[in-house]
Amino acid sequence: MNPVIVISERDNVATALEALAAGQVIGTFTVREAIPRGHKVSMLTIPLGASVIKYGNTIGVATAEIPAGAHVHTHNVLSARGRGDLSRTEPAVDEPRLAEPPADRGNP
Amino acid sequence: MSATRPGFQGYRRPDGRVGVRNHLLVVPTVICSSVVAERVAAAVAPIGTALPHTAGCGQLGPDMHTTHDTLAAYCGHPNVGAVLVIALGCEQVVAQHLADAARRAGKPAHIVAIQSEGGTVKATARAIEIARTLVAELERTPRQPCDISELILSVKCGGSDYTSGLASNPALGRVADRLVDLGGAAVLGEIAEIMGAEHLLAARAPNPETAKRLIRVINRVETDAMALGLDIRGTQPSPGNIRGGLTTIEEKSLGATHKGGERTPLADVVGYSAPITSKGLTVMDTPGLDVESVTGMVGGGAQVVVFTTGLGTPTGNPIAPVIKITGNARTAEAMRDNIDLDVSGVLDDKETLDAAAGRLFEEVLAVCSGRDAAAERLGHREFAIHRRNPTI
Repeated sequence: MNPVIVISERDNVATALEALAAGQVIGTFTVREAIPRGHKVSMLTIPLGASVIKYGNTIGVATAEIPAGAHVHTHNVLSARGRGDLSRTEPAVDEPRLAEPPADRGNP
Repeated sequence: MSATRPGFQGYRRPDGRVGVRNHLLVVPTVICSSVVAERVAAAVAPIGTALPHTAGCGQLGPDMHTTHDTLAAYCGHPNVGAVLVIALGCEQVVAQHLADAARRAGKPAHIVAIQSEGGTVKATARAIEIARTLVAELERTPRQPCDISELILSVKCGGSDYTSGLASNPALGRVADRLVDLGGAAVLGEIAEIMGAEHLLAARAPNPETAKRLIRVINRVETDAMALGLDIRGTQPSPGNIRGGLTTIEEKSLGATHKGGERTPLADVVGYSAPITSKGLTVMDTPGLDVESVTGMVGGGAQVVVFTTGLGTPTGNPIAPVIKITGNARTAEAMRDNIDLDVSGVLDDKETLDAAAGRLFEEVLAVCSGRDAAAERLGHREFAIHRRNPTI
């Protein structure tokens, strides 16, 4: 069994299929710290503010430079969605909010 | 129906719909009659099943409609063969309207009201007497061969971990794709868990209007969450998701959306518990809370639910089988009484995704033909109607 799985060739993180230990060499990178099973490890250096990519899509942005082999999780990745606490008022997608739900039906 | 087409043994209803179960549904109009409804259903279980809920009065506008429409949808649902409404007498939800919904679908319906019957004891005794007669009828109803195109499959995930997006959700997505290829339908809810993956689903819409409706619903949910002035990370991903390795809602959504198939067109976007009338994939506006979500999708007409889980969860439904599948070998072992299918072999190269999907497809047909899902064996019949507004 492979120790990690990479889902898309565009990804910059891999998912650990077993617990990884510091110093373990996987392909082109060396694991820098203990990584629990199911958590993500960076495969290359991800600069501050750059997209973290899994499934070939952005899952958030790096809040610090993440070196190859580092644990990638809530301590160094930030979601861009649903952050009412930041008083962000604009939706993330260019569509106006409807006054009514789009699919409603009357009371029979 | 060709001999080679997959099918199942189901119940044909007078209104043309097809059920996979034949329940007597004991429906309380209001929270005040829920205990009586539960006692009546328990007396004729497992054919008898109740819909205990916390609403039915003190509600205004859209919330009142949602309560009424959801209860009425269950009364007309093809997994239900007969309906017994337990009313109080002074509530907002009108018992007669619920009985009418059942009768419009061609099934017998009776009403027992606690106030006019003279209290809990008399109402319970009277209702059990009626229930026994209805159940005797239902026990004589035969199953008949039905084509797979009659199925509406609800796809759901809960207690997700890293295995969900890698094994169980893609396996379920393949089943959804195959079902739609054969003329059936699938429904996906949990709008908050599409957030971050909406562009992938919108790209599968056959026209810009359907894509826009999807984006509008997602924006509404995101805006509602943000209007609270709170950080959605308080619930998305959940604390258990984060321990399981999921970092952001985008990551959770990208894994979760796999369960709606990889290529099935996005046919429609509908409101909570609203009828699912399109073949292909329908997205329903439900919250991420498991029981409210399943309640809405079954209300829309789904006869069967496949529920993927990483960490394990017991959720069932009063009228529809909820099949549990996991890609986490530890959960499959630790919670084996709750889990119907283990696809963890996908992660250690012991099984291909296509083979796992093939086993799941057969499991769905077997359960639709009458095999109990684990949640049914364990008596899990959770039911919760989504609410948006305060009780007045």
